[in-house]
Amino acid sequence: MPENMSTKHTVVALVENQPGVLMRVTNLFRRRNFNIDSLSVGRTHRPQISRMTIVVDSARANAQRIMANLLKLVPVIDVANVGADLHVSRDLALVKVRSDDADSRNALTMIVERYPARIVDIGNLYAIVEITAQEDRVEQCIHELEPIGIVEMVRTGVVAMGRGARILDSSYERTAQPSTNGYHV
Amino acid sequence: MGRVLSGAEILLECLIEEGVHYIFGYPGGAILPTYDALSKYPQLHHVLVRHEQNAAHMADGFARATGRVGVAMATSGPGATNLVTGIATAMMDSSPIVCITGQVSRPVIGTDAFQEVDVTGVTLPITKHNYLVMDIHELADTIREAFYIARSGRPGPVLVDVPKDVQNEKIEWEYPTAPVKLPGYRPPAQASEPDVVAALELINNAKKPLILAGHGLMMSGATNEVRELAEKAQIPVALTLLGKGAMPEGHPLTIGMMGMHGVAASNLAIQEADLLIALGMRFDDRVTGNIKTYSPNSKKIHVDIDPSELNKNIQVDVAVAGDLRAVLAQLIPGVKSTAHSDWLNTIRDWQEDADEREILRRDTGERLLGAQVINDIWKFTGGDALVTTDVGQHQMLEAQYYPHIRPSTMITSGGLGTMGFGMPSAIGAKLGRPEEEVWAIVGDGGFQMTLQELATAVQEHVNINIAILNNGFLGMVRQWQELFHERRYNETHMFSPDFVKLAEAYGIPAMRVTKREQVEEAIAFARSHDGPTLIEFVVEKEDMVYPMVPSGADLDAMIRRPKPNEA
Ligand SMILES: Cc1ncc(C[n+]2csc(CCOP(=O)(O)OP(=O)(O)O)c2C)c(N)n1
Repeated sequence: MPENMSTKHTVVALVENQPGVLMRVTNLFRRRNFNIDSLSVGRTHRPQISRMTIVVDSARANAQRIMANLLKLVPVIDVANVGADLHVSRDLALVKVRSDDADSRNALTMIVERYPARIVDIGNLYAIVEITAQEDRVEQCIHELEPIGIVEMVRTGVVAMGRGARILDSSYERTAQPSTNGYHV
Repeated sequence: MGRVLSGAEILLECLIEEGVHYIFGYPGGAILPTYDALSKYPQLHHVLVRHEQNAAHMADGFARATGRVGVAMATSGPGATNLVTGIATAMMDSSPIVCITGQVSRPVIGTDAFQEVDVTGVTLPITKHNYLVMDIHELADTIREAFYIARSGRPGPVLVDVPKDVQNEKIEWEYPTAPVKLPGYRPPAQASEPDVVAALELINNAKKPLILAGHGLMMSGATNEVRELAEKAQIPVALTLLGKGAMPEGHPLTIGMMGMHGVAASNLAIQEADLLIALGMRFDDRVTGNIKTYSPNSKKIHVDIDPSELNKNIQVDVAVAGDLRAVLAQLIPGVKSTAHSDWLNTIRDWQEDADEREILRRDTGERLLGAQVINDIWKFTGGDALVTTDVGQHQMLEAQYYPHIRPSTMITSGGLGTMGFGMPSAIGAKLGRPEEEVWAIVGDGGFQMTLQELATAVQEHVNINIAILNNGFLGMVRQWQELFHERRYNETHMFSPDFVKLAEAYGIPAMRVTKREQVEEAIAFARSHDGPTLIEFVVEKEDMVYPMVPSGADLDAMIRRPKPNEA
C-alpha cells in the first residue's frame, strides 16, 4: 500500500525550541477541533529547532487548514504535509509480553523474525519486544503478539520525513520585516 | 557603556520607544515595581481604570480608533484574569493591543503563591501570542516583538507576563538596535501572478459582481483602493459590521451592511451575485446564514492577510493571502471599466422596496424608537462622529441608522459580541483621537456591565457623550424570545437605577428623554458640554430590529417589517 493512501494527514513542523511550544500546538488542535492521532517531538541537528510529526484524522480537517493554522503560531518556522508525497515514516513500539513457558517463547521468536522487530529483554516471566516499522506493520505485529498475552505497551507515535530533495526550511536567522500595515484613519 | 536600569525601567523605556503615551491599567502587588518607576517617565500617561476588563477595552478602542497599538496593564492573579474578556474581544476583532501583567517572583512560580495564575496558559487561546519573561536580558526584545506581532499581519492582542523580581532586577542596559528575530513569523504581502490573473479573469467577466468589504480594508489602509476598484468597474459594495467605514455609506455603490441584521438589498445581492469579491472579511456565521445555500450562483475571490481564513467557512475559487493594499494595487490596473447597469438597477429596486418598509417614514405617534434616536444622533452630529456601541439591538440599529463616511469611525465588538464594550472603548477612542466627537451608544443592560468607568471618564476629563437606549429589557435577547420562544420573556426584563441621578452622583451632566421632540435638545446639551455627558433615551420597550435572518437560516429568508399596506 502506498504510504499516502490514508485517512490521516501526516504533517511535519519545525518549531523554535522554547518552553510552551508543545502546549501551543496541542491547544491549537483542540480548539480548532482537529483530532490528533499521534504527535512526537524531538530535537534536530540545530539546537534552537525542534521537529514535530503530527498525524491527524483527516475526517475533520483538510491538510491546508491544519498547515495554515500551524503556521500562524509564532514559534512555528515551517510546516510540510509530508503524507501527501513520497516519504518515510516510522513508529516504534515496546511491547511487554508473557514469556513464562516454552510455547510463548517459541511464538515470540517466530513472530519477531517476520517483522522489523527484536526481543530486547527476556526473563522468566516477561519479554520486551521492540518493533520499529511503518505504523501499519507495527500494528500487524502487535496483533500477532496479542494471543501470547500483552501486559504493557508503549509507542512513540509516527515520525516522518519526505523523500528526495525536499528540505524543510530551518533557517533561524531570518529577522522581522518592517510592518506592511498602513491602517489609515 | 549602558546605564544601569531595573526591569521596570527597561519595560517603560521600551514602551516609550514604541511610541506609547497612554497606558490603561490598575496596580497591584506583582506589578508595583513598574508603577513605582512610572513617575520617572512623564511621557507616559497612565489612565487608572475601575476594572481591568475595561483597561483592555480602552486599549482596544484606542487601537481601533488610531491604528496604533493600545496598552493595558494589570497585576498578577485577579488583575490578569479580569483582562480576559477584553483580550478575547480584541482577538476576535483583530485589534492590536499589548497587555503587560505582573507575575509572582520567579522562585515561587508554580507554588500557588499568593495571586499566582498561569496567565500565559489562561490567555493562550485568546492571544495572537504571549510571553512569560524569565530572564531580564530578554525583556526588551520581548516587548519589541510583542508590539511588532500585535500590529503587523493580522493584528491581535499580545500579552507579556513579567515576574516581580524581573521588574526589580537591575542590569547595565542599552536599547537594542538589532532587528528582532522571529523566524516563524512571515505575514504574506503580495498576491502571486497566477492569482492576479485568475482574479482579474473573474472580475472582468462578471455580470453581477459584488464586493464584500471587511475590517481588513481599514487595517490595511486600503479604503481608497477599494473605492477605486468599485468605481472603476461599477461594482456594488456590501459591508460587514466591522467593515462600516471601509467604503463611504451614501456613496451610490455602497449598499450597506450584510448579514443577520443587514439591509435586505445586501443579502439579496449576495444570493443573486455571480461573483463575490471578499476583502478582509471572514465569512462569519452572522454574515453567511446557512452556508450550504450561501450565494449559490457565484464564483468567489477571497483576499485576506490570514491564510487560515481562506477556504475556512466558504470554499472559494481564488484564494489570495496578502495585504489588501498591496493586492488591490496589483489588481486595479487590470480591471476593465464597466457599467453593470442592469445589476445596479436590480439592487436599486430592492432598495426601493426596503424604503417602503422603513420605520422612519411612518408616523409612530407618541412612541420613541431606538431607530429614531440613532437617526437623530446621526443628523445632529452631521454624520461625522466617531461612534462606539455596546452589544444588542441598539448596536444593530447603529449599524443601520448611522451611516459612516470615514474609516475607523465605528467601533463595536463584532466577533465576540461583548456587552460592556461600548463605554470603555469610547474612552480609549477619544483619548486616541481627541479631535473627534465621540459617542458611546449603549443599552441599559450592557451599560451596567461596565458603568464603573464613568469615574475614569471624570477623573481623566474625557469628553465622551453616552447615549443609553433604555428599553427596560435585554432587548436583543427579548427579540429572540419573542420570535423563537413564544414571548416567554424569562430573565430579560430588567430593573435599572435612575441613570440621570447615577450620572449626577459621578458629577456628570445628564438628561432623560422620553419624547421625540426632546431628542434634538438633548443631543445639543451633550455636545455643548466638555467632559463626559450622559443621556438616557427611554425608548419603546418591545421594539424589533428588522430585517432579521434567523440563526442558521438561508440569507434571503429574512424576517422583514411588513409594508404599511400589508400590516
Ligand atoms: C457579556 C455578555 N453577556 C451576554 C450576552 C448576550 N446578549 C447579547 S445581546 C443581549 C442584550 C443586551 O441588552 P441591552 O444591553 O439592554 O441592549 P439592547 O439589546 O436592549 O439594545 C445579551 C444579554 C452578551 N452578548 N455579552
